[in-house]
Amino acid sequence: MLRFILRRLGFMVVTVILASIIIFWATTILPGDVATMVLGRYATQQAKDTLRTELGLDKPIAVQYTTWLGKYVRGDWGTSVSTDTAVRPVVFQRLRNSFMLAIVAFALYVPLGILLGLIAALRRNTWVDNAISVGSLAFIGLPEFVSGVILITIFAVQLHWFPAQSAIDPQSSFVAAFPYLILPAITVALTSLAYVIRMTRSSTVDVLQMDYVRTANLKGLSPSRVLFTHVLRNSLLPTITVVAIGIGWLIGGLIVTEAVYAYPGIGRLLLFAIQRRDLQLIQSTALLIVIIYVVANLVADILYAVLNPRIRYN
Amino acid sequence: MEATTPVQTPPAAGPAAPRPVFEVEGLHIDYTTELGVLHAVRNVSLTVHEHESFGIVGESGSGKSTLAMGAIRYLASNGKVTEGSVRLNGVELLGLSSKELRELWGSRIGVVYQSPLSALNPSIVIGKQLAEVARQHLGMDRAAALARVAEMLAKVAMPDPEAVIKRYPHQLSGGMLQRCVIAMALMTDPSLLIMDEPTTALDVTTQAVVLDLVADLKREFASAILYITHDLGVITKICDRVGVMYAGEFMEQAELHELFKRPRHPYTLDLLGCVPHFDPTPQKRSLVTIPGAIPRVDELPPGCIFAPRCSFVEPACTTARPPLAEVGEAHLSACRRWRIVPPPEEHLRAATEALATAETAEGGKATLVEVDDVLVHFKAARGLIRNREQRLIRAVDGVSLDVRSGETLGIVGESGSGKTTVARAIIGLTPATGGKISLSGRLLEPSTGRRPRSSLREIQMVFQNPDASLNPTRSVGDAIMRPLTLLGGLGRQAAKEKAENLLRAVSLPASYFERLPHELSGGEKQRVAIARAFAAEPQLILCDEPISSLDVSVQGSLMNLLMRLQLEQQTSYVFISHDLSAVQHLSDAIAVVYLGRIMELGDAVRVLTPPSHPYTEALLSAVPLADPDVKQKPIRLSGSVPSAMDVPSGCRFHPRCPRFLGDICVEQEPPWREGEGEHRIYCHIPLDELARLQAETLVLNPEEGGA
Repeated sequence: MLRFILRRLGFMVVTVILASIIIFWATTILPGDVATMVLGRYATQQAKDTLRTELGLDKPIAVQYTTWLGKYVRGDWGTSVSTDTAVRPVVFQRLRNSFMLAIVAFALYVPLGILLGLIAALRRNTWVDNAISVGSLAFIGLPEFVSGVILITIFAVQLHWFPAQSAIDPQSSFVAAFPYLILPAITVALTSLAYVIRMTRSSTVDVLQMDYVRTANLKGLSPSRVLFTHVLRNSLLPTITVVAIGIGWLIGGLIVTEAVYAYPGIGRLLLFAIQRRDLQLIQSTALLIVIIYVVANLVADILYAVLNPRIRYN
Repeated sequence: MEATTPVQTPPAAGPAAPRPVFEVEGLHIDYTTELGVLHAVRNVSLTVHEHESFGIVGESGSGKSTLAMGAIRYLASNGKVTEGSVRLNGVELLGLSSKELRELWGSRIGVVYQSPLSALNPSIVIGKQLAEVARQHLGMDRAAALARVAEMLAKVAMPDPEAVIKRYPHQLSGGMLQRCVIAMALMTDPSLLIMDEPTTALDVTTQAVVLDLVADLKREFASAILYITHDLGVITKICDRVGVMYAGEFMEQAELHELFKRPRHPYTLDLLGCVPHFDPTPQKRSLVTIPGAIPRVDELPPGCIFAPRCSFVEPACTTARPPLAEVGEAHLSACRRWRIVPPPEEHLRAATEALATAETAEGGKATLVEVDDVLVHFKAARGLIRNREQRLIRAVDGVSLDVRSGETLGIVGESGSGKTTVARAIIGLTPATGGKISLSGRLLEPSTGRRPRSSLREIQMVFQNPDASLNPTRSVGDAIMRPLTLLGGLGRQAAKEKAENLLRAVSLPASYFERLPHELSGGEKQRVAIARAFAAEPQLILCDEPISSLDVSVQGSLMNLLMRLQLEQQTSYVFISHDLSAVQHLSDAIAVVYLGRIMELGDAVRVLTPPSHPYTEALLSAVPLADPDVKQKPIRLSGSVPSAMDVPSGCRFHPRCPRFLGDICVEQEPPWREGEGEHRIYCHIPLDELARLQAETLVLNPEEGGA
């Protein structure tokens, strides 16, 4: 098991390094000159050159990259040129906010998705199953900026249950922020919910047809025992992978959703940074997102291995 | 009603009549499907007594598993028992609530399944899975249940039960797993044990061990056994009474010996004739074939359901369906004309023909393919951190053999013996890493890609699974035309005509030309695969287990087809199979392989009669022969074929050899011992010594009677 984790950790480091190269390279080819962006169109050539030297932009790109990565690892994430503040505290504060939103969304769609998926599988080919499947399919195709607007119209504008905007103070506590989190969380959850439902349903249907489920039934075990001991353990395996891969979706969904609700999370920060050509901010935020994504996958792999002995002993 | 023919008293009539345990009467099972209601099982009755085992034989689609599962009320949600009665120890099962049923399942009724690996939960350790039964039905706590599991595992002769308890299913071999499932089924000393093809997924040698075990357990446990199988050979090892099912009904029921020696239904008679008779002789004979296919249960003929395929049919058979009626003591048949059903030997003589094999004189035939000291070694995947040294998988490790033109070379061995890899090396799909392969005296490149087109045409292959070897999106005609245009250089029109001829040659109607593979049955698909192989007019066809996945009657007709085409085209075959009966039936010469090396090679008759290599002897002892009178030697191989990464020293067969001599086998490679003709045995024991040890021949005189 330890070997397995070490190997995966190794892969993870390689992935992050590759991603950091791509991120760095992509930001350097962004159109527009940083110095011009910061100093304005009428700045003197000399002033621009000074700024470039200050930012290290005159050095070869490989040197720029290693310098940046070295500082990043040591925790020196530089200063944002657009807000003139240290990057790291801002990123972490926004990350915390996104995390709060993600947790609420996660808590909504994972249990609900598994539950609905299970119900659909156990009642397969009945109207219950059809209703769940059709319903979830409808949401898969609906992008967040559409579902978000619909939700706002219904629950904020019409019913006044929740605020229409979530532009809270970035430093609000979870409790204070909670009412503002519900609508965006539902928006984020809807797309992922459909995936979890469909995955749970199909893997559970597969497992229910397995010979070992017949064995369990013919042992005379009660239906609930068969379900909990023999079915769920195997049918939730693929769901866990989907949930973990879904974290990538979640981040993508967060960026859009945060924009729709004006919620101060990491997604909105990234969008802001890109609009301002704020290289330090873009690089730091993007790489952090990559790290989160890779760690989530690692956790999923380990969880999968713990639950699946065939992989563990490989 | 008393029969006119003298009927032998069944041996089971002991002093105290055995108690009936499981009684099924007039059972009907329906399935509701898109096609409407299907009457899958109709008016079926049977009785199993304690200590008795009742065998249900039938081909796929005969309803044998549906009957067994329906009788214990375990059916898919669209299945339903509509009529009849099922009693277990006198208790009617059909009226029970699902809660009451669950109290019977696993306690009074134990089930053993076809594939033990899929019957066990992959993510739970063996001990816990087995203990569940004891906890559920015997009210034991965890520790007591586990102790009970260990005790049961010991009873099924499981080596090291304590260790097995902690293992996951994928860590055990098929034979070990089946023992676990049997132990689980017997945990509560059930009244009824249902065994649904329990050895079908196992190797012949493992199957023999498991069958021995079941025979032993039968004596120890009083359970009535309902044994389901398609294999007439297996039936003879286990069953006291046999019922033959066909399209959802019993055609015949009788004592084992009676059924095999005096069948009273033409279907039983035909089934017995489809199975190759074990009879080592150079003279080849065709097998009995049953024309047509099992009818679908929604398209049953009006009269006797077997009438359209029956060779004894008369007009009256097609009007009314004959009931299953007593035709002798404890002998039931659903045939109106049971009196004229001949004894099996007579039918065999009448319904089959001797095939005019070309002169079998020694040295009469030219060598077509020469395989000389061929190696196929793979490099095992290396670990990232440990296992730095490269390990070799020696799949084929020095194989030399010849295929003579117009003849069949059979290759037998257990799974993992490398027999398929030898064939793949000959055709070049898995390039040989050493040695020479030549065709008609020309040396062949190891890999297909580097061989000239003409040699590609000359060697063709028929694979085991026709579902996987036929492209599902290409029509039958396309599949056969492909080699004609690609390798034969024919134009489209000429190719089409030729393909139609080939369809005819493999006895498929020309209307199949446009069909897609999924519209064909398994046997038909394999006929297409054979037609495709013949399309290139090859000199050699490699048949890799071409009939293993098919029903007995289909196997018989495919073997007939292969033999007929060989005679017509003078094509050579390499016929690979784990089924010695089929191999002996088709082959002129046989190679017995073990762990990548030939153990014995020679003319079929010489290989199958003493002196034999101890491995051949063990394989011969393990084949379940479809004749209850044949006594086989109780030679059993323990364990399974070792990994080709850890080939044992000296003679690679020594760890499992029943005739192990001692250090010499461990330390030295055995010599090739040359016998008469071109018979060669790879063993330290001299041939005359082997012959003396094996003096007790395989096929004993039939007068001795069943064991």
